[in-house]
Amino acid sequence: MVVPIAYYLILSAILFTIGVAAFLIKRNIITVFMSIELMLNAVNLTFVAFAHQWHQVSGQIFVFFVMVVAAAEAAVGLAIIIAIFRTRNTLDVDQVDLMKL
Amino acid sequence: MYLALFFIFGALCVGGALNLLLQRHPINSALSLIVVMTSLAVLYLLLGAEFLAAAQVIVYSGAIMVLFTFVIMLLNAGEEERTRGSKAAYLVGFPGAAALLGLLTFIFLSVKTQLGTARLGDYLVTTSDLSKVLFRDLLLPFEVTSVLILVAILGAVALARKEH
Repeated sequence: MVVPIAYYLILSAILFTIGVAAFLIKRNIITVFMSIELMLNAVNLTFVAFAHQWHQVSGQIFVFFVMVVAAAEAAVGLAIIIAIFRTRNTLDVDQVDLMKL
Repeated sequence: MYLALFFIFGALCVGGALNLLLQRHPINSALSLIVVMTSLAVLYLLLGAEFLAAAQVIVYSGAIMVLFTFVIMLLNAGEEERTRGSKAAYLVGFPGAAALLGLLTFIFLSVKTQLGTARLGDYLVTTSDLSKVLFRDLLLPFEVTSVLILVAILGAVALARKEH
């Protein structure tokens, strides 16, 4: 029983597209941020699948660094979301459209 | 067996992602994203990436998603309001996303035989293989990421702190 690598790549393309769609239609800023995480995860799956195909460790090293950067990005992004909520009392991205209060 | 595992957890991934898209309450979206990430960890195991599977569960479904649920509960986020999104998102975004998916699927299926197949256990990257590359060849980038995380922590504290 074998699975073609192409199936993994197609699964990751599906996840990435769902992430793009969620990024476009979601109006809550936290959900928009979560769909970015979903896209990052889809790309990670591609990296691991290609690392398996080429028998290279470097693909997995890439995923490791993507995880580290995603963790840092999540911490800073959520802090920014908290700051936005403090000043505007809303999480709706349509209402956060002014640089100045 | 291997194919069945792939389809079960692949379907869980897609189902969780669709649930993220369709749910209106952020906490439901966050929980379905945890399902996606944990199923992805199983797929990493099927591809022989044992360290990444553990790191995926600990870092993504553990740390990052706990942070997300924590912020959702802290901000008391309610259901999303039904506002009209931007027109460009509906007119250009969705056909664009669908075209991207169709194009990628077509390309992957057309080179399916060249890409080869994956069998359980035919290529296993152990943690020691990974750490040999990470701590010998890529030591400097690894140490730089620790500085990055330190800066991110300080930035998060500075941003989230109440101003007096």
